[in-house]
Amino acid sequence: MSDASGNFNRTQYRLGFWLLLAPIVLWLSLLIILPHIDMVLVSLRERIASRQYGFSFGNYTAFFTEPLYWNTFVRTAVMSIVATVLTLIIAFPVSFYIAKVLTGRPRIALFILCLLPFWVSELVRTYGWMILLRETGLISGALQWFGLADQPVEMLYNDVAIMVGLIYTSMLFMVVPLVTTLDSLDNSLIEAGYDLGGSSWNVMRSIVIPHAMPGIMSGCIVVFMLTLGNYLTPTLLGGKSSLWFTEQIYTQFITRFNWEQGAAFGILLLILSSLIVWLGLKITRQSFTRVMS
Amino acid sequence: MKFLRQFKVLTLVTAVTATFSMSAQAETLRLLTWGGYAPQDVVEQFEKETGIEVKITLSNNEDMISKLRATRGAGFDLAQPSQDRIVSAHADFNIYKPMDLSKIDTAKIIPSMLAATKKNTEFEGEVYGVPHVWGTSGLIVNREAAGTVKDYTDLCDDSLSGSVSYRLKRPTLIGFAFALGEDPFAAYGDTEKYQAILNKVEEKLVSCKSNVKAYWSGGDALLNLMRSGEVSAAMAWDAGGWKLNSENPDITFVAPASGALGWIDTFVLPRKTKAEDAAYKWINFVMQPEVAARITESAGNFTASKGSDDFVNDTLKAQFKQSFPEADLDNINWYPPVPAGLEVMEGKVLDRVKAAN
Repeated sequence: MSDASGNFNRTQYRLGFWLLLAPIVLWLSLLIILPHIDMVLVSLRERIASRQYGFSFGNYTAFFTEPLYWNTFVRTAVMSIVATVLTLIIAFPVSFYIAKVLTGRPRIALFILCLLPFWVSELVRTYGWMILLRETGLISGALQWFGLADQPVEMLYNDVAIMVGLIYTSMLFMVVPLVTTLDSLDNSLIEAGYDLGGSSWNVMRSIVIPHAMPGIMSGCIVVFMLTLGNYLTPTLLGGKSSLWFTEQIYTQFITRFNWEQGAAFGILLLILSSLIVWLGLKITRQSFTRVMS
Repeated sequence: MKFLRQFKVLTLVTAVTATFSMSAQAETLRLLTWGGYAPQDVVEQFEKETGIEVKITLSNNEDMISKLRATRGAGFDLAQPSQDRIVSAHADFNIYKPMDLSKIDTAKIIPSMLAATKKNTEFEGEVYGVPHVWGTSGLIVNREAAGTVKDYTDLCDDSLSGSVSYRLKRPTLIGFAFALGEDPFAAYGDTEKYQAILNKVEEKLVSCKSNVKAYWSGGDALLNLMRSGEVSAAMAWDAGGWKLNSENPDITFVAPASGALGWIDTFVLPRKTKAEDAAYKWINFVMQPEVAARITESAGNFTASKGSDDFVNDTLKAQFKQSFPEADLDNINWYPPVPAGLEVMEGKVLDRVKAAN
C-alpha cells in the first residue's frame, strides 16, 4: 500500500512540476522560439512575382553588399557601446554612494529617485526631452533669458540628443545590478585595504571593481541590449541623418512591405548583438552564468 | 479524477461563454481608417440609427496594408487605403474582397470620382474600392518667412537653410520628380526610366539636405514644427495647411507650380471581413451629404459625396478657393495605381537620402 501511495505522490509531484513549468515553456516556445523559426524561414525567401516566393540568401547578402545597411548597423552598435560605457561611468558613483555611503531613509529615498522616472512610459519621457531640447524649448529659452545666447539654440535632432535620451532611459538598469553587487561587498574588506596602506584609487581598483565585475557586466549587457533594440528614442530625438538599425527593420516591415529583408535584418541583429556580448564577456574574462546569477 | 472532472466543466463553461460573447458582439464594425474620417458625433448617430457598434483603429496607408497582410485580411471589416495602393497590395498579399456595387447607393457619389476609382481599383475584372475622402498634398508655407516658395524645388533655396521639413516617403519623391520637369507617373510601367528619374530626385534631395530641419512622420509633429516657427516651409497635406491657416493667417497651403498631388482615400473590404452588411451600411451612411459635410469639417478634406459642399462651412471653402484657383485645380496630378515592385526601388532611394550627409 505504501508503495502505491508513494507512486501517487510522485505522480502528483510531477504533475505539479509540469503545471508550474507550463507557462514559461509555453511563453518561450509560442512567443519566442516559434516566431524566430518563422523569421528565419521568411528571411530565406525572395519575391519572384506577385504571390510567388523562392528560396534565396539574397536578403543576407544585401546586408553585406549594400554599405548603407552595414554602416547603419555599425553606427548603431558603436553608439550603443558608447551609451553603455557612459551609463556605467555615470551610474557607478551613484550606485556606490547608494550602496556604501548612505544608510536608512536617505538611501531608500535616493534609490526611489532613480526609479521614479520609470513610472511614466518611455514615450512620455522622450517627449519630455523634446520639450526641453527643441529650438523653442525650455533650455533654449533659458539660455536666451540669461543672455548666454542671442538666438534660439537647436539641441534636438542630433546624435548628442539621442545619447542623452538613451542614457536616461537605461540608467535604472545599470543602477540596480550595481547596487546589488556592491551591497554584497563586506565593508571590512574596504577597511582592510586602507589599513594595508592602499590609496582610494588602489582600493577601488583592486577590491571594489573586481568584486562588482559581475554586476557591471550584467548591467552592461542589459543596457547594451536595450539601447541596441531601442526604437522610440533614436527615432524621436534623432536628426535627419540619424539611422538606427531597429528603425531600418521597422521600415522594411511596415513601410516597404519587405518582410523578407526585415526578417533577415532581425536575425542578423540577434546574431551580431549576441556576438558583441560574447566578445565583451571574453575581454573582461567573465562567464555568462556567473554574470547572470 | 475529481480534479479532471472539474477541469472539464471549467473548460466547457469557458468555451460556452466565449461562444456567447462572440455572437453578442456580431454587430460591430471594425473600421481601419485615418484620423478625422470617423468623427465621434457621426459614429454616435450611426450607432443610434443602426444599433451597430463601431470600433475605430487609426492608421495610414502602409500601416493598413501591413496590418491586413499580417492577418491575411482578417481583424477588420472595412478599411480605407488610398486608391493607388489597392491593386498592387492585393496582387501581392491577397488581402481584399471585391466590392458589391449594387449594395452601395452610387447615386450619392460624384460620378467622375466613382468612375476613376472603379478603374484604378479593378483587379482581374472585379472592383475593389469606392471613393470616400479626397485631397492633395503640396506645400505648407509660412508666407512671412518663406514667401518665395512656389514649387517643391524651391525648398532647396539657400535662404531656407535649416527650416524645411518633409516626409521621407514616396510622395516626396513624386513631388520632386514633377518639379524637376519629369513625369514619374508616365514612367510607372518602365522600370529603367523610373530608376533614372529616381536617381535625379535622389541627387537633388541629397544636395539640399542641409536645408532640412527634420523629416516628419506624424501629421501632428509637423503642425507643431510649423506652429512654433521652427519650420517655415514643408511638404504636407492641404488639410494640415488649412488648419494652421485658421490659427495663423500667415501660414497656408500652396498648390505647387508643378501641380499638387491628388489622392483619393477609398473604402475596401478586407478579405475576411465579418460584418459585410454593416460595412455597406456605414458606406451608405457616410455618403449622405450632411454626414459627409461633418466628416469634411473634422478631416479638413472634401468627400466624394454629391452635394455635401453645400453643408460645409464657408471658411474651409474660402481656404480651398484660395489654395486652388481654377487653373491649379486642373493642374493636380492624380496618383495612378502603383505597380508592384516600384516601392522597393523607392525604398532604396529614401534610405540613401536619409544616410547621406
